[in-house]
Amino acid sequence: MSERIVELEVLRFNPETDAEPRFQRYSVPCMNEWVVLDALNHVKETMDPTLSYRWSCHMAVCGSCGMMINGEPKLACKAFLREYDGVIRVEPLAHFPIQRDLVTVIDDFVTKLKRVKPYLIPKQDQPVEAGEFKQSPAELKKYKQYTLCINCMLCYAACPEYGLVPKFIGPAAISLAHRYNEDSRDGGREQRQQEIASNEGVWECSFVGACSEVCPEHVDPAGALQQVKIKSTVDWYQEHLLPGSKK
Amino acid sequence: MSAHGKPYVREVSRYRWFLRSPRYMRYMVREVTCVFIALHALVLLVGLKRLSEGREAWETFLDNLTAPFGVQLQLLILAFAIYHSMSWFNVTPKAMPVQIGEKFLPGAVIIGAHYAGWFIVSIALLFLAGVF
Repeated sequence: MSERIVELEVLRFNPETDAEPRFQRYSVPCMNEWVVLDALNHVKETMDPTLSYRWSCHMAVCGSCGMMINGEPKLACKAFLREYDGVIRVEPLAHFPIQRDLVTVIDDFVTKLKRVKPYLIPKQDQPVEAGEFKQSPAELKKYKQYTLCINCMLCYAACPEYGLVPKFIGPAAISLAHRYNEDSRDGGREQRQQEIASNEGVWECSFVGACSEVCPEHVDPAGALQQVKIKSTVDWYQEHLLPGSKK
Repeated sequence: MSAHGKPYVREVSRYRWFLRSPRYMRYMVREVTCVFIALHALVLLVGLKRLSEGREAWETFLDNLTAPFGVQLQLLILAFAIYHSMSWFNVTPKAMPVQIGEKFLPGAVIIGAHYAGWFIVSIALLFLAGVF
């Protein structure tokens, strides 16, 4: 285990006293095996207890510790110090308001997530006695990758469209809507389409693809959004050119 | 929201946002190169108009196309049109995944099919144009 001094430049903001954020430098003695989150924990425990940030699991599952590390959206628990030279700049996730230090206000994402109904809406209600809704491995495979989303919001921080047009429902929420639309047991697509096939939905996406590049769970939100676009276009043609084929 | 002061909102520049990351620059290059596709369409439209104006106008148009500036312009358009098309072909597996049973067709196959289609259409067009 080798040790080195890592220079951390952390964005600080106290809403009670500061008009705008500023950077604070910490020289942190770190083990080579540490991740950025370990360095932040070391700062908080031994140097500056006022530093605020979110974290929980320390193993890329909870999605709490998303932040900008050298300008790139990353999970702090997955950003190994050995991959960085020189000063490491740590900022709150881009495109979200800063609550305090590295903590952002995520209400916008949570509201959008609720809007797209990211849960199973069965085609027909059936009593528990009727048994489970069965699904083949191939049907599961169709949407499985989208179930890996941990709601870390790195994709929102990477998406320039969301930064410029905040009403955009955004990558993760639409991908999760797509996940349920693709589920053979689900019958809620029409309800979700009202949200995701709108101007604030997929049509705000211009396919930069940054969301998929930064996703720590290798979900492909950019792919999901393009697939929703294609399916919504097919819907439109069916509705307008083939009267009677849809309701 | 906050019970302890107002959250700080960082503004995103409307005009300089794409300078923030190389991946945004790549995106802008992909989008901006579509201008050259439009330019090519414009050359074709002008050609049609000249054709409708009679033999002399059409031959002047052909002379302009084969003049050094015309050739350079077309090479430039061709280079950017190829880049633009390739950048779109390379993202097709995202938009059109093909699932066979429990497996997805590898992205390279979907991209390859697009290149193959492109090649076949190009050969057919060249054949119709009397190159072969």
